[in-house]
Amino acid sequence: MRLRAHPIIALAAGLGLAACATTPSTDTTDTTRRAAFASTYQPAASVPTLIRGATVFDGEGAELANADVLMQDGRISAVGNNLAAPEGAAIIDGAGRFVTPGIIDAHSHLGAYPSPSINATSDGNEATQPNTAEVWVEHSVWPQDPGFLRAVAGGITTLHILPGSANLFGGRGVTLRPVLDAVTVQEMKFPDAPQTLKMACGENPSRVYGGRNSSPATGMGNVAGYRQAWANAQRYARRLEAADNGDGEPPDRDLELETLAGVLNGDIRLQWHCYRADEMANAIEISHEFGFEIAAFHHAVESYKIADMLREEGICSAMWADWWGFKIEAYDGIRENIPFVHEAGACAIVHSDSEVGIQRLNQEAAKAMADGNRAGLDITRAEAWTWLSRNPARALGIEDETGTLAAGRRADVVVWSADPLSSYAVAERVYMDGALIYERGAEIDPPSDFELGQAYTERAQ
Amino acid sequence: MKLLSALLMALAVATPAAAETVLINDGRVVTNGAAGIIENGDVLIVDGRISAVGANIAAPRGARVVEARGAFVTPGAFAAMSELGLSEISGSGAPNDADVDGDLVAAAMDSAAAFNPTVTAVAVTRIEGVTRAAIAPSSTNSMFGGRGALVSLDGQPDSVMRANAFMIVELGETGAARVGGSRAAMWPAFEAALRDAREYPTRYRSGQGGAVLNEIDAQALQPFARGQGMFLVHVESAADIRRIIRYQRANPSLRFVIHGGAEAWQVADELAAARIPVIVDPLVNLPSSFERLSARLDNAALLNAAGVTVAIAPAPGSVDAHQARLALQLAGNAVAHGLPWDAAFAAISRTPAEIFGVGGQLGRLERNFLADVVIWDGDPLQVTSAPTAVFIEGVEQPLVSRQTRLRDRYRPTANR
Repeated sequence: MRLRAHPIIALAAGLGLAACATTPSTDTTDTTRRAAFASTYQPAASVPTLIRGATVFDGEGAELANADVLMQDGRISAVGNNLAAPEGAAIIDGAGRFVTPGIIDAHSHLGAYPSPSINATSDGNEATQPNTAEVWVEHSVWPQDPGFLRAVAGGITTLHILPGSANLFGGRGVTLRPVLDAVTVQEMKFPDAPQTLKMACGENPSRVYGGRNSSPATGMGNVAGYRQAWANAQRYARRLEAADNGDGEPPDRDLELETLAGVLNGDIRLQWHCYRADEMANAIEISHEFGFEIAAFHHAVESYKIADMLREEGICSAMWADWWGFKIEAYDGIRENIPFVHEAGACAIVHSDSEVGIQRLNQEAAKAMADGNRAGLDITRAEAWTWLSRNPARALGIEDETGTLAAGRRADVVVWSADPLSSYAVAERVYMDGALIYERGAEIDPPSDFELGQAYTERAQ
Repeated sequence: MKLLSALLMALAVATPAAAETVLINDGRVVTNGAAGIIENGDVLIVDGRISAVGANIAAPRGARVVEARGAFVTPGAFAAMSELGLSEISGSGAPNDADVDGDLVAAAMDSAAAFNPTVTAVAVTRIEGVTRAAIAPSSTNSMFGGRGALVSLDGQPDSVMRANAFMIVELGETGAARVGGSRAAMWPAFEAALRDAREYPTRYRSGQGGAVLNEIDAQALQPFARGQGMFLVHVESAADIRRIIRYQRANPSLRFVIHGGAEAWQVADELAAARIPVIVDPLVNLPSSFERLSARLDNAALLNAAGVTVAIAPAPGSVDAHQARLALQLAGNAVAHGLPWDAAFAAISRTPAEIFGVGGQLGRLERNFLADVVIWDGDPLQVTSAPTAVFIEGVEQPLVSRQTRLRDRYRPTANR
C-alpha cells in the first residue's frame, strides 16, 4: 500500500505499528480488541510432501514447467527443479497436473448466508440502521455451512466473509480458513489476519433507507452519512489517543466508533462495496478528507474507467468476470474489467460474492484473461492467477502468510487435474498449511453436522 | 380454436433480406446429428437455411467463402430457460418485465407480449453464440407462471418464433408456498385448475365460475390441460419428481418437462421410462433447500447415462435476463463432471430445440435446418473460447454490443 503524506495517515501509521503485535492487547487504542474472539485455529497434522514434475503457477505471475513443490512443517519449503524428498515425505506425481497457491475469495458470505437458505439462516445483513459498524460478521457465521466443503473442493483455502451491503457501514468482516470440522468460528479464524470494515456505496443503502423514508435516500445522503460518521470517529480516536497519553479519561466504549477508529488507526482494513467509477472517486475523496486507506473496492464494475486512479491510490478492485445488468449501477459491466485494471498496473482480484461462484473462481479468472487477450492484451495464465491468490491476500493484509508459493509462506496449495484456466479442470488435492484437507474421489465423512444422517443414499458432491 | 391454432403454429420468421449464400470451409463441424462431428467439414448456407453439410462442398457462384481453418463450427446455442428480452435492468426499480408480483393474471401471462428484441442483453448474449431462447418471467404469486415463448436473438421486430410454447408450473416447495404452504394443498389445487381449464368456457358461462381459476387463466390453461402444450414444471426433490411421474402415468395425455430436478439423479431410471425430459443446472450441488439435499455435480451425467433427455440451463431461482450466455460454461462444467461432450453440447442446442418442439428446424447442422451457425476460436464449452462469427438464419451478426462499445472506448491500448 502506498503511504500518503497526510498528517492523520502519519499518525495512523504509528499506531498501526503498535497494533501489529500479535499478543492480546488491552490498550485503549487497540480498536480490534484482539483478546476477544481470538483465533484458536490449529493447522491439521501434515507430513512433508513433495509434488514432482508439475506445471506450477507461483502466484507471483510466473509459470514454471516441470517443477517441484516441497511442503514441510506446514510451510512452503522450496519450489524448483529436482528437489530432494525429505525422509518420510509423501511424494505426489505432478505429471500432467498443475499446481497453484490456494484460491483466496475476498468476498464471501458463506456461513452468514449458509445452506440451507431459509429465513432463519439469513444472517448476513444487519439492515436496521445505516451505520452498523458495531456488528462483527463472524458472530453470524455458522461453521456447519455445507458450502465450506464445496468451496474447498473448488480450491479455496482462505475466504473473507463480509456482512451484507444494506448499510453505509455494514460491520466488521473476518478472514477464515475453511476448517471442515470446526465447531466454533474461532477455530476458523485466520491467525492474526486483520479485521475489515464493510462499507457500501450506491443503490443498496439509499434504496433500503430511502424506502423507509429515512436517510440516506440518495447518493448525497450516502456521502453525508459517511462523512458525519468519520467525523465522529475522528473525535473518538482523538479522545482514545489523549487518554493513552495521560490526558483525560477514555470515552465510554462505543462499538460503532471503535470499528471506525480502527480503520483510522490502520488496524482494520476497509473493504468498500462500490460499483460506479464516480462513486469510487467520491469514496477516495472521503478517504483523503479523513485520512484512512481503502484496501479494496468490491464489485467495482466500473473500475476499468478509473484504473489509473486506482493504481495511484494503491486500491485493489475485487471484481466479477462478467456479472452485469442486474441493477443500474451494474449496467456498464464489461467482460474486460479485470484485465483492463490489471493492464493499468492496479491490483485486480476475482471475487465471488456467491456460494456457487466461489467453487470455480479459476474459471472466472480464465474468462477474464481470455477476454482481455482478445481485446489485445497479453496476459499469461500465471499472471491471471495473481488475481486469485496474491492480490486478494494483499487486500486482506495476509500477503506475508499466503497467496504465493514463496518459501516460508503457509503451504496452501492446490493440485489441479489439468490447466485450471479451463472448464474441465478440477481440484484433485487441496492442502492447507501443508495438510491434505481435500482429495477428489476419496471418501469424505459428511463434514458438517447438517449433512450427517440425511436421507440420501450416496454422498452428494 | 384461435388459441389452439396459435399454439400449434410455428410462426415462420420472414426470410431476412440480408441472407446471403455463404460457404463455411474446413471447420470442425459439430452437426449434432447422425453425421456427428465432421473434421474438415463444410457448411453451405443458402436463403437462411443449411443447404449442405459435408466434406469438399463446392462454393456456388457468388457465394462468400468463410475459411474456418479447423475451428469449431456448431449450431447456435439455445438458452433452454431464460428471462432474456424481458428486462433491461433487473433491479433498482427499473422497468422490468421479468418479475411479476401481481395476481390478476397468472397462467395467462404471455411472455411473447413482453419480449423486447432491442434490450441490450439480447446483443450481449447473441455475440456469445446463443441464437435462440425459451423465455418466461418469474416470481408470480400463483403456482402458474404463465405461458413461455421461444425467441430468436437476431434483434429484429419479428423475432418471437412461437408464443404459448409452454406453461410454467411450480410444484415443489415454491408451488406449495403459493397455495398456503403445503403440498397437501398444492396438488388438489393443480388438479382443480386443470379441471377448470378443461371445462372452460362452459362453467364460466353458466355463471358457476372456476373452482380455483379465474376465467382468463382457465382460458389460457385450456390447451395445456388438454395435452396440447407442455407443462414446464419446477420441482427439485426425488419425492416430488416421483409424484409427477405417477401423475403423468395416470394422465397420459399431459406432457411434463422438469426444470430444476436437483435430486433427479435418484430417480433417473423412472424418468427415462416415463420419457420426461429434465432441464438441469450442472452447478447445483449445495443443499440450498430441503428439497435439494442430495444435489450433486454429476446430476446431468447420471441422468444422461440412464437415458433421460437432458437439457442444461440455470436452475429456477438463478434464471435471469442477462447471463443466458453462461449456458456454455454450465455445459462445460457438466463435461468436467462426467457428461460426454456431445451430450453436453446437445444439451444447450439440439435438445432444448427438441423439447420445445422446434427440433425439426433448429439445433442441428443438417440440410434444410435454419442456418443458426457459430464459428468459434476454441472449444465452445471452454470458458476461454468465444465466437468469431455468428449467423442467425443465414445472416451474419455483427459481434458488437453495448458492452463491446464500452470496451473499445476504455481499451487501455487505445490511450497509448
